[in-house]
Amino acid sequence: MANKECYHCGDDCNRSSVLFDGKEFCCNGCKTVYEIFTSNGLSKFYDMEEHAGISPAEIVKKYDFLDNQEIVEKLVEFNEDGMQLVQLYVPSIHCSSCIWVLENLNRLHESVVNSQVNFPKKTIRITYRSNGLALKDLVILMNSIGYEPHISLEEYTKKSHRVDRSLLYKLGVAGFAFGNVMLLSFPEYFEVNEFWLDRYKFVFRWLMFTFSLPVVLYAARDYFRSALKGLQSKILNIDVPIALGVLTLFVRSTVDIIFNLGSGFFDSLTGLVFFLLLGKFFQQKTYAFLSFERDYKSYFPIAVTRLIPNGAEESVQIYEVEMGDRLLIRSMEIIPVDSILVKGNAEIDYSFVTGESRAVFKQSGERLFAGGKQLSGVLEIEVVKPVSQSYLTQLWGNSVFSKDKMSTFQTLTDSIGKRFTLGVLGIALMATVFWLFYMPSMALNVFTAVLIIACPCAIALAAPFTLGNMLRIFGKHKFYLKNTNVIERLSKIDTAIFDKTGTITTATKDTILYEGIALSEAETSLLKTTLRASNHPLSRSLYELLKSNAIITLDEFHEHSGLGIEGRTDSHSIKVGSSSYVGESARASTETTAVYVSADEAVKGRFVFKNTYREGVENLFKDMGKTMNLGILSGDNDGERTQLQNILPAKTHLLFNQKPKQKLEYIKHLQKDHKVLMVGDGLNDAGALAQSDVGVSVSEDINVFSPACDAILDASNLSKLPDFMRLSRKSIQVIKLSFLLSLCYNLVGLFFAVTGRLEPVIAAILMPLSSISIVVFTSVYTNLLGTGLKDKS
Amino acid sequence: MSVIYVLLAISISVALVFFVAFVLSVKSGQYDDAYTPSVRMLFEDEVVHDLDKTQVENKRIEENIDQTNTYGNSTV
Repeated sequence: MANKECYHCGDDCNRSSVLFDGKEFCCNGCKTVYEIFTSNGLSKFYDMEEHAGISPAEIVKKYDFLDNQEIVEKLVEFNEDGMQLVQLYVPSIHCSSCIWVLENLNRLHESVVNSQVNFPKKTIRITYRSNGLALKDLVILMNSIGYEPHISLEEYTKKSHRVDRSLLYKLGVAGFAFGNVMLLSFPEYFEVNEFWLDRYKFVFRWLMFTFSLPVVLYAARDYFRSALKGLQSKILNIDVPIALGVLTLFVRSTVDIIFNLGSGFFDSLTGLVFFLLLGKFFQQKTYAFLSFERDYKSYFPIAVTRLIPNGAEESVQIYEVEMGDRLLIRSMEIIPVDSILVKGNAEIDYSFVTGESRAVFKQSGERLFAGGKQLSGVLEIEVVKPVSQSYLTQLWGNSVFSKDKMSTFQTLTDSIGKRFTLGVLGIALMATVFWLFYMPSMALNVFTAVLIIACPCAIALAAPFTLGNMLRIFGKHKFYLKNTNVIERLSKIDTAIFDKTGTITTATKDTILYEGIALSEAETSLLKTTLRASNHPLSRSLYELLKSNAIITLDEFHEHSGLGIEGRTDSHSIKVGSSSYVGESARASTETTAVYVSADEAVKGRFVFKNTYREGVENLFKDMGKTMNLGILSGDNDGERTQLQNILPAKTHLLFNQKPKQKLEYIKHLQKDHKVLMVGDGLNDAGALAQSDVGVSVSEDINVFSPACDAILDASNLSKLPDFMRLSRKSIQVIKLSFLLSLCYNLVGLFFAVTGRLEPVIAAILMPLSSISIVVFTSVYTNLLGTGLKDKS
Repeated sequence: MSVIYVLLAISISVALVFFVAFVLSVKSGQYDDAYTPSVRMLFEDEVVHDLDKTQVENKRIEENIDQTNTYGNSTV
């Protein structure tokens, strides 16, 4: 059977294809979106990119909390005169068609006045008339075309922060001054002894001074501040020689032009500041659509359904939930608070919170913890502890979350900076002393010349450009780092710890084995048909496994949530579910997830779901095991111990049943002698990720929540982790090489300075030359290294 | 050569105008998102009238009729 692709979203149409207007769609949702687009004149959506559409999610009652006016007030940015302005985060924006259709939202509803997409951030700002369209309806409209906005507690409580554009302003000032000063300094370079020059050179010189003033006072301000801070804490970081150089340049040049000793070095001054700021700008690459700071707030919903005593339901903010309240939790919803189960069959997936890979069944009267996801059926729960005091949120109170890893790490540049400053000062003093004896009038000249020419700019530029480029290259391979500091910390790692559930295993594909009496053809097709009618995740996985074409029609179908499903035709019946549902005595097989099958009331056997390890995990461990110590920290039980021992090197530590706090403590313990990398994916890894030297969060869908970390790695590229580590180490080598290169320039320059022959024109040539050559060298080399990554994939 | 004062004054004021324009454009938020405008300018502003609402309804009715015809007896 040929693979038909959905015209809208490109998914496989095999399961159930829908035909409309001569085109095939994979489901009714896609067909509906196509209908909406074409009937509103938006069919151009399909011309721009193929299969650009997204299948819309089911709504159920998910957006009821937007009926609450208080919540709406907090979410909209502007609300006056019947107009509202809201900024929504839409993680499914991924191409130009998305931008186009979302900016043409006004064609889908006349109350939408304007909508503007910010693609890097994946947000959209919509202005609409509030008397014609409520926020809830707007959100439902966007959901119906496949662009569901993600509204979580974090968006709700976040205060709007001012955008920091100061670096751009400073760069503008420095660049403007640099260009003009270079032009103004030309007449004096060529030393033409013309009469007019003698008369007008003061004009040029004082103009150069005026342009350099804002550069020193405004654009270079950060360097002075940082140098002062460093000196106060007795550290000589790289900003000290920079600040010293800028100051010396300015003072020497001003003195020179006042006493007519020369034309001053304003061109080198402005050039220096401009290149340094350019380096800072280049290093600043951030991934605006990701957040590396997420805590539990972006995982929880904003509001929950509370049951009022007379039986009615109301939507209430999650912070207003009190002890003793009764809440309604529907299937696929998250339990927001520690509570007791009152009514309903609970089948809860805690994999994100504790790392347990199989769902937990709970009975009425049992305790439920916050953070689990209810898989099937509706629950009524009674609140025991409010959100801020639940077992889950307690974890975030740990001091490890307020620590800043960057400030305690000494970067390579800073360590070189210290030696550089001392070396330059030493040479300056020696040269000055020499000239004091030989020709005292030159002494001051030489002292300042040495300080000027010993340009730390090449050193200060090597790291930003190398690491900035490496950051971009990693990003292209879906390894998103928080900042360039992470690369330096990565290069020092010697121990790597992995979480199990969700990190090295994947829930999208299950390995399913059958144990028991073989099923007949008729029984298999009845089983398959029954599974097809159920929406439970285990049913769906099982259905995918048993795909055959013999679909028959069921006479009866029942789903008993939390227990199992039952299908019946006139001749046969089949039951699929937990062991007790099917009639099998509860065997003590608690280590594995299993689904039992009985046909015609006779138990036939069971399907066992085993962890599927991600592709390439074995090679990953082999590769990394060569240079690092490995370990596994899992919140799950040790059912997978033997399996793991097979794929990991012999001396690997395997620890199971680890609670979040225990994971954190273990990492702390390891850090006494090692530099530790932690790779995890869930809330239960949050503490370990924050404690480790570098925390990497693995994610199957980067738009969905991942805990606070230093880097986010897309699950499909997990096998490239050893290559990323190798490249980090090589980047450090590139930086060291460029230090050597800058040393050559410095030696040449120092020769001129020490012999008292430093003319402004020489400084003006050497400075930009060294900066540009360092930039070119590091960019070319890192790009070469980056191509090595691509070839392997 | 005193015309150089005039020349310098003019060229510096022109440069300043551009600098002020730069500062104003940064302030108005143009540089906050440097990617989306590059995509946006390639859009064309046409409204496509290939299928309007009544046509969609007609198609659906046609489809329904086709389906019932295949199950029922076809009249000659």
